[in-house]
Amino acid sequence: MDVMPKWADVVLIPLISLLLAAILSALVILAIGESPMNALKIMVEGALGSTYGWGYTLYYATNFIFTGLAVSIAFHARMFNIGGEGQAMIGGLGVALVCMFIPWPHWSLALLGGTVAAALFGAAWAAIPAFLQAKRGSHIVITTIMFNFIAAALLNYLLIGMLKPRGSMEPATGKFPEATHLPNLHDVLGVFGIEFSKAAPANITFFVAIAACVAVWALIWRTKLGYELRAFGHSESAAKYAGISPTKIIMVSMLISGGLAGMMAINNVQGEAERLVLNAVEGAGFIGIAVALMGRSHPFGVFLAAILFGFLYQGGAELALWTKIPREMIVVIQALVILFTGALDNMVRMPLERAFLTAKRRNKGAA
Amino acid sequence: MDLLTILQVLDSTMRLATPLLLACLAGLFSERAGIFDIGLEGKMLASAFLSAAVAYSTGDAWTGLLAGIGASLALSGIHGLASITFRGNQLISGVAINFLAAGLTVVIAQSWFGQGGRTPQLQGAARFDPITLPFADALRDVPVIGPIYFELISGHTALVYIALLLVPASWWVLYATRFGLRLRAVGENPAAVDTAGVSVVGLRYAAVAICGVLCGIAGAYLATALQAGFVKDMSAGRGYIALAALIFAKWRPWYALYACLLFGFLQALALRPDVIEGALGFKVNAQLLDVLPYILTVIILAGFVGKAIPPRAGGEPYVKER
Repeated sequence: MDVMPKWADVVLIPLISLLLAAILSALVILAIGESPMNALKIMVEGALGSTYGWGYTLYYATNFIFTGLAVSIAFHARMFNIGGEGQAMIGGLGVALVCMFIPWPHWSLALLGGTVAAALFGAAWAAIPAFLQAKRGSHIVITTIMFNFIAAALLNYLLIGMLKPRGSMEPATGKFPEATHLPNLHDVLGVFGIEFSKAAPANITFFVAIAACVAVWALIWRTKLGYELRAFGHSESAAKYAGISPTKIIMVSMLISGGLAGMMAINNVQGEAERLVLNAVEGAGFIGIAVALMGRSHPFGVFLAAILFGFLYQGGAELALWTKIPREMIVVIQALVILFTGALDNMVRMPLERAFLTAKRRNKGAA
Repeated sequence: MDLLTILQVLDSTMRLATPLLLACLAGLFSERAGIFDIGLEGKMLASAFLSAAVAYSTGDAWTGLLAGIGASLALSGIHGLASITFRGNQLISGVAINFLAAGLTVVIAQSWFGQGGRTPQLQGAARFDPITLPFADALRDVPVIGPIYFELISGHTALVYIALLLVPASWWVLYATRFGLRLRAVGENPAAVDTAGVSVVGLRYAAVAICGVLCGIAGAYLATALQAGFVKDMSAGRGYIALAALIFAKWRPWYALYACLLFGFLQALALRPDVIEGALGFKVNAQLLDVLPYILTVIILAGFVGKAIPPRAGGEPYVKER
């Protein structure tokens, strides 16, 4: 079956897909009368040219690591969790509740509490679709889409109603207490004597995200549960025959997935905004899909893809600032990445497999 | 509450249900042929933009409609290519199409019109005008029947009547023609259709194309009939509500009409909080009305009120046996 060496599958195909997406994006930029090279220059300078730019890039990347891992772990069990957006929203609700109503003595404890609350709330929001998939056979994609809308409405209802401070007109909670403030990268790197921008929103959550990558890697490839999860993803009937309970795998994979998506909230809600606003997630849940596809559902790939998308996000904001290219250009790039690495995967793969096959035959003929 | 208020709410139900109905029928054709389509939203949005842009440039709503259908068909083509020819994941393809439309419409609108990602307001013939049915004015003063005919039945745009006519038409195509039988078969058991010597790929492309045309009409209706021009993200989740309605209707045309009318009614009610308060005597939260379609769909999916079983081969690419 394996016509291609592993490196081609892991590195070459994503790179070709990315290249195709980049070429099409450049064509779009050309078509609206801007220069793609100039756009790229602005993006690189804006996102990577200063520690301030890096601070934003890493901040966005932190969000995408969590949502990307969430989609990945579900992919391993052949579940498509499209509800990361809603799970991250509800995770934000969890963070807001513990930050506002528990008097934390120190930020480290507040981070721990926030993480647990975010994961629990996110997992809870994934639990109902997971249960319906496992027990009633309702399609997980449809139910998680529905739950995104229900989450948005629930948050809207709470932020207009009981969570809003008295006298405020804006649909948002009040500012969290000072003790829940997380150190940003300036504070963390300052300990080691490294200069870093003070104004950028990247914070200590970035390291939590890296820890999450390692934990997910260990879970998938170094534990019994991870083995069962992958076995279920490869073949449901074979897994069942081996005594693996589908209900358990669906529930566990979706709970972990929802928990990871929810954990994004410690970055954007507790770390950056320090209050809960409407639309705090800003589509990061959906970008997780692109990140997981691009990163081939491997935590290290997810990490790299998240940095790439962080760069695109910050670079895109700079583009909107300095050129006539609107911010929505990033959504186009994101769509193209999903299209080529996800849906049109075979379009890239088939010719490549053929090329490797002929090369192999030729080698055999020579020998 | 008087008759006129009820008629007003029902009238706006009709107007709000129309795009849902068109998109729902679009999804019906696609999913009955075994191609899941969560890209209804994106196709509507693309069509809404291009129909408004072309209608503004040419001053003719019908030309706009054709352009909108073209935009939607182009996205359908991508979906077909990804999910039929290259046997990719249909759900991922749908997600990509939704984002592609959400991004491209704003980027192009900004560079075309420079008004912050919207088209200019449409006026005159660039919009679909309400049609007054015969005798509507004459019958207006007849008690009960007069107002019902004048307010509710007459006075919609052509696209509303087209959408309503498409319900029996879809039923006829799916259940009374050879094409319809084959289309439904290809969604249940493509191997059998293939064995009978009928092209699975051809049928599925046809279904995806019909889906594109219907989504195109839905999008054009949004931008050139319901509202006057395109604004960013104007489909506002209607593609997903249509998907919900499709499940609610259990993939059947007449039930699709009822489901869309119900969801349209909920949307109309959300716009008139005074009416609900008058009828029930207490306030109902507008957010609750907005999410009720989604909650109802989850309940239906959970199988508590009858079971919704999708076409059996839905979502799976067909691989010919060798």
